[in-house]
Amino acid sequence: MSLTLEQVQRIAHLARIEISESEASTTQSHLNGIFQLIEQMQAVDTRGVEPMAHAQDLSQRLRDDTVSEEDRRAAYQAVAPETEAGLYLVPKVIE
Amino acid sequence: MIAASLKQLSQALATKQVSSVELTQLFLDRIERLNPSLNAFVTVDPEKSLHSARAADARIAAGTAGPLTGIPIAQKDIFCAEGWRTTCGSKMLANFVSPYDATVIRKMESEAGLVSQGKTNMDEFAMGSSNETSYFGPVRNPWDSERVPGGSSGGSAAAVAARLAPAATGTDTGGSIRQPAALCNLTGLKPTYGVVSRYGMIAFASSLDQGGPMAASAEDCALLLNVMAGFDERDSTSLDRPLEDYVRDLEKPLAGLRIGLPKEFFGEGCDAGVMAAVRAAIAEYEKLGATTVEVSLPNSHLSVPAYYVIAPAEASSNLSRFDGVRYGFRAEDYGNLDDMYMKSRAQGFGAEVKRRILIGTYVLSHGYYDAYYLQAQRIRRLIADDFVAAFKQCDVIMGPTSPSTAFKLGEKAADPVQMYLSDIYTIAVNLAGLPGMSVPCGFAGGLPVGLQLIGNYFAEARLLNVAHRYQQATDWHQRLPEGMA
Repeated sequence: MSLTLEQVQRIAHLARIEISESEASTTQSHLNGIFQLIEQMQAVDTRGVEPMAHAQDLSQRLRDDTVSEEDRRAAYQAVAPETEAGLYLVPKVIE
Repeated sequence: MIAASLKQLSQALATKQVSSVELTQLFLDRIERLNPSLNAFVTVDPEKSLHSARAADARIAAGTAGPLTGIPIAQKDIFCAEGWRTTCGSKMLANFVSPYDATVIRKMESEAGLVSQGKTNMDEFAMGSSNETSYFGPVRNPWDSERVPGGSSGGSAAAVAARLAPAATGTDTGGSIRQPAALCNLTGLKPTYGVVSRYGMIAFASSLDQGGPMAASAEDCALLLNVMAGFDERDSTSLDRPLEDYVRDLEKPLAGLRIGLPKEFFGEGCDAGVMAAVRAAIAEYEKLGATTVEVSLPNSHLSVPAYYVIAPAEASSNLSRFDGVRYGFRAEDYGNLDDMYMKSRAQGFGAEVKRRILIGTYVLSHGYYDAYYLQAQRIRRLIADDFVAAFKQCDVIMGPTSPSTAFKLGEKAADPVQMYLSDIYTIAVNLAGLPGMSVPCGFAGGLPVGLQLIGNYFAEARLLNVAHRYQQATDWHQRLPEGMA
């Protein structure tokens, strides 16, 4: 398998990472090298093997539906690039 | 004092031979002197550290100290620590001052009274095996400044190797504690997945990430794991099991220990000097009463390919949170919201992180999920099952930690695949979720070699015992790089 330049650009768009023409072609060759390594998996017959998502077979714990966290909005928003009146500011999305 | 074990430091503090403030200042002075050439620390805040040291001295005076109260420790910059800049080695978080403590930090500082000396350099978002992907520049190996310290916990490794700190924290997703420990002559332990809380530890690949100690000896690691381990309701995959004393079995004799030697770890692909040191260590274990048995991990050659699907898939999801909205870097100039995301992420992430996000995005995308992600998870099962079978024949598995000693800066930086293969012996352990260690076992060409120990689930105390008895019989772990004593 090898990725085309268009595929690299499409993946970059899905990942929301801007990529220039020249970056895309370097990235293409690196990714194709990595996928060559990954392709070794395809030779293995894994029919009947249950996928392993996790090291421990755990089910998610549930907790009581009670307030456990204090309000620290000011501290958490102090690290944000731009806030106003307790809100995060982003470019306008609705005209 | 700088070559003292944690136990010795603890005794010196308890008997008032030294105060925590004096000890902290001693290591801060070493950082000031030696860090400019090593680049092991990215943030130090002497006033903050000395403040903790004064609090520790007060606890010692009041008789409320624990065994490690007042001992300085270097924290990998992946652990959020309140009021400390926490960068994860990335431009994305270059100005992020954490508003909260990771559980590991809270347990170490607030509960045990350890003194954080600063935050150590690391590969960006823990993605790397050489520390060269850090936004803050590479770390240099104290054993040879032209060589890498390993990664991703390379700053922690270099800091302890040069005794800028008595011990450090690390994290290990595919070898990031064990490989730098091997390359810098340290003892490092990656616990069973779920033993150490991941809360506040910046996520790379959540089903693989695990924090652990990096120190001069197995005994030091055992003392630190006593502080780090334990159930945490804030981590949904933390294991709720009784607390253990990891020091309890250190002195147990090794007579009757069955060591499994995977034939796949003793074939081609490992440097001869590394292999010679590993074989000599195994011979030493036989002298201590252990027996060896050949075992097989027939799918271990698939661990690197499976890992480079699973880890990037999880990373692409985890790192989607860095969008320039709630924290972290935001690009200066942008148009609409999408453009802000695209530019912030393009400028905030380095090349290796972007590569892994792209791989992860692709393998999870429509039409490729079964062929890559599910196939990798099935292979993950095969790899874990291989260990289950092997542990029917042995108590501990041994082999090299890394196929080579520390390589030169720049040597593998241009070829991601070559870099990925430096973790060929460590990755399977993460996929299976087992505990693993690296223990100094000699030198090849003047550079340290690490022996990897792999245990069954929750066998940390056994691994530490096996490492400790070897360290009673050898002195490799006590060797310091030239000029660092």
